[in-house]
Amino acid sequence: MKFASEFRDGGLARRIATAIAVECQPGRSYSFMEFCGGHTHTIARYGLEAMLPAAIRLVHGPGCPVCVLPVGRIDSGIELARDHGVILCTYGDMMRVPGSHRLSLLKAKAAGGDIRMVWSTLDALKIARDNHDREVVFFAIGFETTTPPTAMALKMAKAEGLTNFSIFCNHVLTPSAMRAVLQGGSLPLEGVIGPGHVSAVIGIDPYREFSDRGMPVVVAGFEPLDLLQAILMLVRQVNEDRPSVENAYVRALPATGNERAQQAIAETMKMRDSFEWRGLGTLPDSALRLADDYAEFDAEARFSLPYRTIPDPKSCACAEVVRGIKRPQECPLFGRSCTPDNPIGSCMVSSEGGCAAHWLYGRHQMTNDGRKNVV
Amino acid sequence: MNANAHRNRHLFPRPLDMVDGRVDLTHGGGGRAMAQLISELFAGAFDNPYLAQGNDMAVMPPTGGRLVMSTDGYVVSPIFFPGGDIGSLAVHGTVNDVAMSGARPLYLSASFILEEGLPLADLKQIVESMATAAKQADVLIVTGDTKVVERGKADGIFIVTTGVGSLQDELHIAGDRIRPGDAIILSGTIGDHGIALLSKRENLEFETTIESDSAPLHGLIRAMIEADPDIHCLRDPTRGGLAATLNELAHQSGLGMIVDEDAVPIKPAVRGACELLGIDPIGVANEGKLIAFCSPDKAEALVAVMRRQPFGENAVIIGHAQPDPRRLVWLKTSFGGERVIEWFNGEQLPRIC
Repeated sequence: MKFASEFRDGGLARRIATAIAVECQPGRSYSFMEFCGGHTHTIARYGLEAMLPAAIRLVHGPGCPVCVLPVGRIDSGIELARDHGVILCTYGDMMRVPGSHRLSLLKAKAAGGDIRMVWSTLDALKIARDNHDREVVFFAIGFETTTPPTAMALKMAKAEGLTNFSIFCNHVLTPSAMRAVLQGGSLPLEGVIGPGHVSAVIGIDPYREFSDRGMPVVVAGFEPLDLLQAILMLVRQVNEDRPSVENAYVRALPATGNERAQQAIAETMKMRDSFEWRGLGTLPDSALRLADDYAEFDAEARFSLPYRTIPDPKSCACAEVVRGIKRPQECPLFGRSCTPDNPIGSCMVSSEGGCAAHWLYGRHQMTNDGRKNVV
Repeated sequence: MNANAHRNRHLFPRPLDMVDGRVDLTHGGGGRAMAQLISELFAGAFDNPYLAQGNDMAVMPPTGGRLVMSTDGYVVSPIFFPGGDIGSLAVHGTVNDVAMSGARPLYLSASFILEEGLPLADLKQIVESMATAAKQADVLIVTGDTKVVERGKADGIFIVTTGVGSLQDELHIAGDRIRPGDAIILSGTIGDHGIALLSKRENLEFETTIESDSAPLHGLIRAMIEADPDIHCLRDPTRGGLAATLNELAHQSGLGMIVDEDAVPIKPAVRGACELLGIDPIGVANEGKLIAFCSPDKAEALVAVMRRQPFGENAVIIGHAQPDPRRLVWLKTSFGGERVIEWFNGEQLPRIC
C-alpha cells in the first residue's frame, strides 16, 4: 500500500535505530516527549522503545483528545442527551469515556439517551436534516485535526439555515497544551516530537516559540519509520545544540499548513479565555468557542449548559499520565480495576491513550522460550 | 415448485401483494393473514416433505450418528449487503457452526421476528435467498415460526436459525484437542464480511467493490475430514475476527498461539479500508472462513486439499500453537517484532451478523 507499508519496513527501521544508537553520546540522556496519542499508539504497536538505545526515553504527551477532556465536559454531554432530549452525535472514541458516577455516553445511551456514533460531521448534519422535529447536537472534540470538519459543518449549517443543529464545542489547541507541559517544569525534556496531522492544518511555525526557548521540535508522521527518523533528527539537534523546528513529514505537510482550513476555523470560531484540561488544569487561550456570527449554533448557550469542574476519580493517575510524569503501569488502578472494557480513567479508553496503548501492546513481554519457538 | 403452486384460492382469494404490500400486525396474529404468509411465501420457498406435513414440529428419521445442534440469532444491518443478505447469512452462519464439529448439517429451523412495515417484497427476497442458500448447503428448513412486532420495536427483520447435524462416531474435533506445535491453517482472506458491511452503513458509506465472504463451508470441511480425520479443531472466525477466535481457543486449549502477520491473506481493498478507518483487519468479522488446527506433519497436505475446494482456494498455514501458561496469542509482525493480539473492544461495529 503506497505511503503506508513502505514506512513500516522493519529492516530499514533497525538500520535507523542503529544510527540513533551510534549517534547517542555517552553520559547524555535524551528524553523526548511524543506529544500525540497517535504517536504513542505507533510506538507501542511496533515496539519501538525496545529497538532504541537505553539513553533514549520516550515520554507520552497529552495529545489524545479524549484523555484531556475533563469529567465536567462528559457530564455536560450526558446531560444534553438525558435531560434535554437531543440527538447527541459524537465520534466513537467518546462513547466509553467515564464521566461522574461511573456513567459514560455508552451507558447513557443504554439508559435511553439518543446518542449516535458518527464518523464525520457530515453525518451529524444529515441526521439534523432528517430529523426536523429534534434538536441535534454534535459533541465536537479534538485538536486542530478535527477542528476544520467542525468549522465546515458550521458553515454548511448556516448556509442551509438549519435551525435544529448545534455544536458542543470542545476543540483544543496543541501549542497551548505543549506550552503548559513544557512550562510545568515537572519533567526534564530534551526534545518534542510534534504531531504531523496537526501541522497539516496549522503548519510548523507555531512551534518556533519552543525552539526559540531552546527546545528542539521535530514534526513527524505516524508510521514507525517516521517516528524513528524524527528521533534521529532530535538526537542530532541535541548533540549539535541546535534547537529548531524541523519537518520530518515532508511527504504530507507543507510548512504553512492548510490555509483554507485555517480560514474556516478563523471564520467560525474564537479563542476561549480559558478551558479546563484533564491533567493540565485550567489553561488560558487553549481552546475554541463558536464565533459570535455563529452563536446561534452554540449548544452551550442554546441549552444553558452550566460548566462544573468535577475531580478525577480517586487514585486515577490520568492527570500524571497525560503529562508524562507517570507511566501507565505506575498507576495503582492500571490493569486491576481499570481496563479497556471497564475504564476508570480516560487514558484507558482511546487507542491513543497511553494506558490503552500499553494495555494492548506493551503489557506482555515474550519469554525467551517463546522467542526460540518463533525462530 | 413456485410460490403460486401453494396458493389455496379457496382459503385466500386475494394473493399477497408482493409489490407494494407490507408486513402488518395481522401477519403474526395467528389468523388467516399469518396462514397466508406461511402458505404463499415460506412453504413455497422452503418446500420439503417435513415442512409440508404442516405440523408445529418436524419429525425426521434417525441420522445414524451423534446429533450436533447449534443456534444463532441474526440482526445484521443493513439487511441487504454486498455479497449476501440476512437470509443467506442466517443459513451460512448456522450451517457453519454445525459443520465446525465435523458433522454433516441436515436440518434448520427458522424463526422470523418481523417489524410492522417491512415491505413484503424485501421479505420475499430474503426468504428466497434463504431457500437458495439452504439448497446450496444441502440442508432442509423443516420448521419455523413468524412473529410480528410493532413498528419501532425491531429493525425490519431478525432471524434465528437452529441447525441439526449428524456426526460420525470416530470424529472428535474440538478446542480442547489442540496440542502444542499444531499448525494453524486459515482458509482464505480475512475481514471481507465486516468491511463489506461497514461500507454500506448509513453513516459510513464508502465506495468499494468488497463483498461479504458469507458462504457455507460444509463441503470444504467434508473434503478436509476425508483427507485427515484427525483434524484437532475447526472454528469459524466470525464476530471479533481472527483475534477473538484465537484468544477463545487459547483459553479453551490452555495453550498460546503465534501467528505470522505476513502469512495472513488480506485483500488490498480490505487492507486499505481498515487503514482509513483505523481498525485492525485481524479483529474484523468473517462469515465464510475457517481456521483449522492439525499436526504439523499433516498441515501441508491438508492445505493442498483445501485449495482444491470452493471457499478454500487461498488456504494457508499462518502459525502454530505453543505451550504458554499465560495463554497469549502472539503476532509475529511484518515489521519484525512480536506483539500480543488481544480481544478488541467491539462496540464500534455492532450488528454485523
